Amino acid sequence: MKIFTLPDVGEGLTEADVANWMVKAGDTVAVNQVIAEIETAKSLVEIPSPWAGVVQELYAEVGDTVNVGDNFIAINVTATGDDEEAPQAPLVGTGPKADTPGRRRRRGRPKAAAEVETPVEREPEPEPEPVAEPVKSDLFAKVLAKPPVRKLAKDHGLDLTTITPTGQHGEVTRSDVNAVLKADTPATTSAAPVAAGESETIKVSGVRKATAKAVTESYTSAPHISVFRQVDATRTMEYLETLKKHPRFENVRVSPLLVLAMAVSQAALNTPQANATWHEDTYSLHHYVNLGLAAATKRGLIVPNIKNAHEMNQLQMAQAIQELTSRARDGKTQPAELTGGTITITNIGVLGLDAGTPILNPGESGIIAFGAIRQQPWVVNGQLEPRWITTLGGSFDHRIVDGVEAGAFLADVAAILEEPALLIS
Amino acid sequence: MSTISSPTGHQLPEEAIGVLSTDGFIDPTESAKAFVDDATAIDHERVAEMYRLMANTRRIDQEGVNLQRQGQLVLWTPSVGQEAAQAGAVTALEDRDWIFPTYREHVMARGRGIPDENVFDFFRGAVHAGWMPNDYNMQPYTVVLAAQVPHAVGYGWGIAQQQRGWTDARRAKEGRVAIACFGDGASTEGDIHEAMVFAASFDTPVVFFIQNNYWAISTPFEVQSKVPLFKRAQGYGFDGFAVDGNDPIATAAVMDRAVDHARRGGGPVLVEAHTYRMGAHTTADDPTKYRTSEEEAQYAQADPMVRTEQYLRRRFDYTDAFFDEVTGEGEQLAANLREKIVDAPDTISLREKFDLVYAEEHSLVEAQAAAFDRWMEAEDA
Repeated sequence: MKIFTLPDVGEGLTEADVANWMVKAGDTVAVNQVIAEIETAKSLVEIPSPWAGVVQELYAEVGDTVNVGDNFIAINVTATGDDEEAPQAPLVGTGPKADTPGRRRRRGRPKAAAEVETPVEREPEPEPEPVAEPVKSDLFAKVLAKPPVRKLAKDHGLDLTTITPTGQHGEVTRSDVNAVLKADTPATTSAAPVAAGESETIKVSGVRKATAKAVTESYTSAPHISVFRQVDATRTMEYLETLKKHPRFENVRVSPLLVLAMAVSQAALNTPQANATWHEDTYSLHHYVNLGLAAATKRGLIVPNIKNAHEMNQLQMAQAIQELTSRARDGKTQPAELTGGTITITNIGVLGLDAGTPILNPGESGIIAFGAIRQQPWVVNGQLEPRWITTLGGSFDHRIVDGVEAGAFLADVAAILEEPALLIS
Repeated sequence: MSTISSPTGHQLPEEAIGVLSTDGFIDPTESAKAFVDDATAIDHERVAEMYRLMANTRRIDQEGVNLQRQGQLVLWTPSVGQEAAQAGAVTALEDRDWIFPTYREHVMARGRGIPDENVFDFFRGAVHAGWMPNDYNMQPYTVVLAAQVPHAVGYGWGIAQQQRGWTDARRAKEGRVAIACFGDGASTEGDIHEAMVFAASFDTPVVFFIQNNYWAISTPFEVQSKVPLFKRAQGYGFDGFAVDGNDPIATAAVMDRAVDHARRGGGPVLVEAHTYRMGAHTTADDPTKYRTSEEEAQYAQADPMVRTEQYLRRRFDYTDAFFDEVTGEGEQLAANLREKIVDAPDTISLREKFDLVYAEEHSLVEAQAAAFDRWMEAEDA
């Protein structure tokens, strides 16, 4: 058996995340057959098998971070016959030694390279018995899952019935749970539970580093003013119900964000101070709207923007939002989408938050925080009624925007959320 | 003619000399008139040789990426897409001419007979240079952008000194030429300007051979230069040509004439071969971050391999037998290379490298070596 350790596939990279395995234990592989995709700080890279043989073991799971030089895959090499037990040292590259303090693997078996000098011979995982009639999960009231997967879901407070199973027999697999966790967890948290009483040191890199730099620069250079306004969005909720039933909106996702995006785009034209860029001696008022949407992706927070959002009708806007968010989720956001923004929305309501004082995206003078919409008691015509209430928050660059403009801008946005029929005007 | 327009707005300049269409028909551009006869007179043996160099290099190129991903190479620099330009250039040279390459001239190295494993030793980081330059009249790969271009001009200056007073007949028979290879990215470096001024001033026998592959890592050509690079030659005072670098016979015909001009004492010439880097800049680069798959798909239609194969089939009745033989040869080369490279021992230790930096004693390098020794001792302790 030969062990392939993760090489440095870039120039001076120290680690990579496993994005995808194309093989599993027991599979036969040929030389140069692609066995995995890994994501480095620089790119998504395919790893071709160095040997022909049968896959014995994968040392990391999808989503794990592997240090350069750590064990990656074990292959029972055909034709050579002799067993080489020692892991093959990376021949070239500038990767760390096994004992270099680096970021720990976030998940998976805690197995440092040093501990596997003499790997325990393992039987390849036996192929599952072919089942004549696949058991479907919907035949039973309960969900199928192995006990460790149940525990994993339980530990994270996940209801197994809400997770789409992809297992061979309709069971929820570890990857399914991890996929949900990954989608729900901001990329900044480290999933590996650190023992109580310990601190964990995480290297600042990639998108985290870029975010840190951007918010620090923005927060220290632009004097922020933050304002709030409560809005009765009941009409918006009713309007969306109608829109959802409309055949033209059949294939797009319709959400309160759509109405807000339309409202912000219109309000930005009315109050261009909120849609502006400060250049010290001058500032630019933009009479167009490139609408940024803050998106939590696997790699961290990014703010792609929708170009010329002010020219869009509701269907175009709904499609643009859907495409932008799905590209962001898939890590396929184009560089052009990340530049040229004029104003930003951060949809904190989806995180269950009511209000916030967001930090301006650098180069912009306005950012709107969209709080959760909750049913609350509200006084309408002297009567107490249950209504759908949300809080609009916004931060503005006080060098350009005074309270008057901030108020006017939010009033415009609020008016549309209170009566979306205004969008027709 | 193959004017492929790119989403970044790049097109072959109208002055570009092209003879073959993307599917291998003779379909010259307006600007090719003076070269069509030369290009179509290139015999089948040279076209087949160019094809063989291109195809084998592309196969080895693929192995280079695989070996890097398998931890066997520090880096690999794919030349996929640029093969025709290099094949046209290297077959225009005599063995006595000197090549000053960048780090991507794999077809030219093959054309000079440099074994693949020597090239790969360089990318393993196992040696300073993969081959003895004097054995092949080809300088080591130069990673520092544009550094080789003043070298080429200096070498050309030496040639000019030696050949002073030679008759035209002797120059044609024995005269030598230096060819300076570089790309659109390097064209922006200051070294290039100095080299061109010097070459013009002293009529050095140098051909500036630019492979314009449109991308300087992630910077598109439009940002590098407002005019096609061949036009710069006029400003320095010598001739410049643009050629469709994905057309092997057009490139060969233009290079033949440029090399002949320099050989006969006519001074420097610039040839800008318009090609396209179909792969990544290096294995450490991810082109999906800065260019679209639509653009790549568009340029895939201009693949020089397809054009060369079609031309051989149409014009010279080459059949599957030839192409299968070349494919087999490529597979064999790849297998041999793998055997020589995988887990090959380092020929020299890191510590020994300190002793080889300068021929004479050098206090700074000695201090560095001592620091290295202390560090190693601390590691062992």
